[in-house]
Amino acid sequence: MSSYSKKIALIAVTLVATLVVGACGGGSSGANSSSSDTTLTVGLPSEPSTLDFTSNGDSPLPLLYNVYETLVKVNQDGALIPSLAKSWDISPDRKTYTFHLVDNATFSNGDPFTAQDAKFSIERVKTWTDSSKDAMDVVQSVTANDDHTLVVNLSRPSNDWLFRMTTRIGVMFTPNGVGDLANNAIGTGPYKFGSWKRGDSITLTRNDNYWGNKAGFTSIVLKFFKDATSANNALLSGTINAIGLIQSPDALDQFKNNPKYQIVQGTSNLEVLLAMNNSQGPMANKDMREAVKYGINHRALIDTCYAGYGTQIGSMVPPTDPWYEDLTGRYPYDPAKAKQLLAASGEADQTIQLTVPTLPAYQQCGQVVQSQLQQLGFKVNLTQLEFPAVWFQKVFTDGQYDLNITGHIQPRDICSVFEDKSYYTHYGNPAFKALCDKADAGTADEQVAYMKQASELLVDDAAADWLWLMPNLMVADNDIKGLPKNSVTESFDLTGVSRS
Amino acid sequence: MLLWNLARRTGIFVATLLASSIVVFGLMAVLPGDPARVALGLNATDSDVAHLREQFGLDQSLPERYLDWLRGLITLHPGTSYVTQTAIGPEIATRIPVTLILVGASMLVAIAVAIPLGTVMALRHRRASGLALSALSQVGVAVPTFLAGILLVTLFAVRLGWLPSSGWTSPQDDFEMFARQLVLPALALGLCQGAIIARYVRSSILDVLRQDYIRTARAKGRQPAQALIHHGLRNAAVPVVTALALQLVYLLLGAVVIERVFVIPGIGSLLTDSVGLRDLNVVQDVVMLLVAAVLVINLVVDILYVIIDPRLRAAS
Repeated sequence: MSSYSKKIALIAVTLVATLVVGACGGGSSGANSSSSDTTLTVGLPSEPSTLDFTSNGDSPLPLLYNVYETLVKVNQDGALIPSLAKSWDISPDRKTYTFHLVDNATFSNGDPFTAQDAKFSIERVKTWTDSSKDAMDVVQSVTANDDHTLVVNLSRPSNDWLFRMTTRIGVMFTPNGVGDLANNAIGTGPYKFGSWKRGDSITLTRNDNYWGNKAGFTSIVLKFFKDATSANNALLSGTINAIGLIQSPDALDQFKNNPKYQIVQGTSNLEVLLAMNNSQGPMANKDMREAVKYGINHRALIDTCYAGYGTQIGSMVPPTDPWYEDLTGRYPYDPAKAKQLLAASGEADQTIQLTVPTLPAYQQCGQVVQSQLQQLGFKVNLTQLEFPAVWFQKVFTDGQYDLNITGHIQPRDICSVFEDKSYYTHYGNPAFKALCDKADAGTADEQVAYMKQASELLVDDAAADWLWLMPNLMVADNDIKGLPKNSVTESFDLTGVSRS
Repeated sequence: MLLWNLARRTGIFVATLLASSIVVFGLMAVLPGDPARVALGLNATDSDVAHLREQFGLDQSLPERYLDWLRGLITLHPGTSYVTQTAIGPEIATRIPVTLILVGASMLVAIAVAIPLGTVMALRHRRASGLALSALSQVGVAVPTFLAGILLVTLFAVRLGWLPSSGWTSPQDDFEMFARQLVLPALALGLCQGAIIARYVRSSILDVLRQDYIRTARAKGRQPAQALIHHGLRNAAVPVVTALALQLVYLLLGAVVIERVFVIPGIGSLLTDSVGLRDLNVVQDVVMLLVAAVLVINLVVDILYVIIDPRLRAAS
């Protein structure tokens, strides 16, 4: 080798080495490098498109309960508990709610929280463009009796209204804090909205004037990873402390036997629904609907589609709802019975149109459902429809489907999905609607009893099949405490999180 | 003659830009679904949707909408996003420097790898070591950038813990963090491009080494490397510079992927996010920006050709 080419070769190697090593000085940093560091960095799979959840269907997840508070909230077991309302009374006719508000809450801009703010917030829902506002239609009048007593009159008794007050429509705003909802959030919660670096992260900082128990961290950074591998690597390398709302459970194994990490697995409100068109086509025949329900091997389906994570449910009720009962035994996997019902239905030569929106979690499952049914002799044609536009038009608006797989994420959505015959499930049994109405109007015990009957009626009618309930999955550093195990409402509730 | 030539190339550039704008606009317009409905969510009422359509100007005819859009682009006021309802101009403006820094750093990595590697490959092209390097560069050419990114992260961030696995910090906020976070994405993008450019460097140097003036220099007693450095490099540089400009286009497009893997808030992640949100007017603007960038690079290369190479000037 000549001296020149040796030199050049050496330069090549040195340059590469410099680039690799040169910038590596500075030691390890990251979220868990020092004990005084009280920043919690959580990776999430999707970024909101705007902070203004009053104007479009976007999720209030990062802000609800953490920054914005409601009068009442839901606990991990699905029970309603006090928040900005210390307590509430319901009149005997169940149409008047009197809320007794806390007297020491302030908004992060310094405004004290009073009953006038509550009145303002509830009345303002009418001006929202988000469709969740409909739940406020039942409100007839709102009166602030004094600074800390709020009276709400309903046009009819409604248990569901009180529950919806735990979701976005129940958020308490100050009139001085709604000027720029898309970019700034002013609430009474344990964290204040700090900043939003679009495409990267949202930072919440501790509200030192919080009226309740102080937050466990000086700041929380919610960092958005569109790529699951990037999120996993960020956790493994200590850049973040936790990953919430995991949607790719197949990669969880690498954290399983590692003592540095904990996996939190609970339930969510996201029912993966195999909707059946109850009004037209082959699935209008009850024998066919039952045949499909007996013909699906749910355990195998969950194993294939969602790496075994997920809960079998027999009706549209997650275990955290007060009227949950295990109805999975009503249609056990029974291929012989499925074949028999298929033959008896007289529809066996009909081709079933199975539609799936182009969302990764459901696309693969469409194929599994198709192949399970085909093995039993069903003729199934699987079509993937672009989500949202094409799917919305064909399935949701035009009802051009026989079977369809979609997740329903709204909390307590059993009535809204099935009570209206014009909704895309096209079920609308009047008896079901009557039970929903009675449950809404009754006492707490009556509500539970009627909702159980409604849920059972759906199963009796074989109105649909519930493929599985999505898990609420998180993985976090081992010393993080208080992560919300179950996802019970629209919030990603970090108010109780701390480091041990 | 030169001026006429430049004017002609600029004219072609503007015409291409206009034609691409029509194609981009047309493609977005024929996509199924109503952007206002998508923006408001599935349960929005018809009156809300109609209101938003009016607000976005979606109730106008297609030519009117096209001209509105074009006017917005030319005056640098591209309007408001359908979905996030924020101004698009400032959003793009904050992301351009991020992508430029990433692409610039990757280009430096690519050059730093390509020139020495290509030179050594050329000088030793008949020897085993040269062949081995060639094979190695072939691997670099074949590896997709996102895979290179994941492998680099697995090694340097997860296993060794030397560098952050992802993220972006503005250099004004924390320069050390900025530099540490830039290394892996710049390497992921730059190494693969470097491997490609190295092959251009190799063949162009091999070409030069066969020239008479090198033989003359060797006859005067120069070592091959000496002859190359003193007489050959400048000649070899011309095709390499062309290759660099062309690879710049690929770097820009590669940044779209790398920004996603490394969670970098640049133009590329704005594009993928907006596609995910069906935020069609942002997609339209960003695609147009990328098209314009590619065309500008090509225009600059064309103009440089004409200026550098008298033969091309005569031919046209």
